[in-house]
Amino acid sequence: MATCTGCALLCDDIEAIVENNRIKETRNACRRGAARMKGCVNRLVPSIDQKPTDIESSIRKTVEIIKNARSPMLFGLDNSTCEAQAKGIRLAKKLNAVIDDTSSFCQGLLIERILQKKLRTCSLDDIRNKADVLVYWGSDAQDSQPRHLSRFSYFPRGESRQRGYEEDRKAIAIDVRESNTAKICKGHFYRIPLKGDREFILALIEALSGKVPAYDTKKMLELAGILKKAEFGAVFVGIGLTYSIKEDFDILTALAEKLPNFNIMPMVGHYNMRGFNEALFKETGFVNRVKLEPKAVHDNKYSIMESLIRKNTDAIIVVGSDPMISLPRPVLTYLASIPVICIDPCISMTSKIAAVTIPCAATCMESGGTAIRMDGKVISLSKIITSEYMPDEEIMDRLMEAI
Amino acid sequence: MVTVMELYQLLPRTNCKKCGESTCMAFAVALLGRKKNVAECTPLLEANFKPQKEKLESLLLPTAGAEETGLIVHPELCTGCGNCVVACPVDVANDPHGAGMGCAPTNEKVIFKVVDGKVMASNIKECRRFGKSKVLCYACIDPCPTGAIEFV
Repeated sequence: MATCTGCALLCDDIEAIVENNRIKETRNACRRGAARMKGCVNRLVPSIDQKPTDIESSIRKTVEIIKNARSPMLFGLDNSTCEAQAKGIRLAKKLNAVIDDTSSFCQGLLIERILQKKLRTCSLDDIRNKADVLVYWGSDAQDSQPRHLSRFSYFPRGESRQRGYEEDRKAIAIDVRESNTAKICKGHFYRIPLKGDREFILALIEALSGKVPAYDTKKMLELAGILKKAEFGAVFVGIGLTYSIKEDFDILTALAEKLPNFNIMPMVGHYNMRGFNEALFKETGFVNRVKLEPKAVHDNKYSIMESLIRKNTDAIIVVGSDPMISLPRPVLTYLASIPVICIDPCISMTSKIAAVTIPCAATCMESGGTAIRMDGKVISLSKIITSEYMPDEEIMDRLMEAI
Repeated sequence: MVTVMELYQLLPRTNCKKCGESTCMAFAVALLGRKKNVAECTPLLEANFKPQKEKLESLLLPTAGAEETGLIVHPELCTGCGNCVVACPVDVANDPHGAGMGCAPTNEKVIFKVVDGKVMASNIKECRRFGKSKVLCYACIDPCPTGAIEFV
């Protein structure tokens, strides 16, 4: 059995059929997972200034760049194992660098509150066994984490939910568009306007407190009725909700207080983003946007966006991430003008502008380790095929030694 | 998917009974159920019905790959989410601790399996739409948001 690293569900029931040291066929993995497990189409090669070289020279050049940098930054590590993340944090500490990851513009706010125990959470296995009401809020699990509904939330039969989705479970979708998840929720889809989540939450809190909400009264009372009757509920908070209420996140805590039988589950994208957040939280007390001087200082100006807008960073190591695709266009001009060191198994938009590229082994196919699932459970990843490339962990070690 | 009325509109509609069915509408139903084929309608083979015959054949082309129960999986639409694997009542009954719980199937008795990120049907004789006591089950179609599974 292999573990899929296509998304943060880390499905560990995948069968991979290997032929000539390549994965020929996968069973039980979704389309996204199957594509990831079959490996990159375009493998990254070591290069300096877009000219092919060998890994040793790439590492030497990386060390030279970061040693000369006034304010280096380490970004990414969400697609690396927990072991590589721990070493990455140590490397950032040694360099007195800024460290940030994609949770900075993803689910960081929510995960921070969960780790601070401000919001109740549970495991995905609890949801499978006990949950009767599931709320997908600003999240299209069906497309982003394709096996979420079939493996953990809506469709499976659990210990206390033997009759499955037909009688024992109710799925509700709250979204700005009729996503594929909303199509499955059918009669319980609540469409809200863009940025309408705050108003919706406030109206729902009123309805749950026994008041008559001014906003869409009939539907709101109906929804409050379903939520009040729940024995064990789960709210799957997607990036849509996190983005919409990021200025006033405490209203989600206020809503959670009104729903004592509900748990909050962050819908994480990258397979080990929660692992990075947990590791950094353990080390510094913050989940992202930290400068390790070596004492940890947390500030919004240390987020990748702010660092690039303010032009504070003068060299950046990107590990297993593609900021050229995920960041908005105005900051990319500055990103392309500074030395970028790209550590990735495949060619990406970032590797195309990188001053130095270091190819690494693809986790779970070519290297093993551990990763943390979206609910906080530690999952072990085993190596399936052999590879000539070094895992991220070893690259971090090499950089550390050289520095 | 093509409907009976669409097929009926393309037939001669003379109720000539040469095909063995009592009416052209009955023949259209048999065509859709894959019990008859287009060539059994002899008037259609005449030259003046050539465009209708070609249209009929093109309409019936997607049903050619259907299983005995009429099940068609469109691999280009399937995302491999496995909702059908877990929702199918036969899979749950035959593999309660595997497919029934949302995990990987643990035996070969299941109907649906996900191979290379796309769902594949096997053991089709176990399907509730098969055999003498067949029922009109929609358990695998309802949970598929992309419409990758169809019955003809």
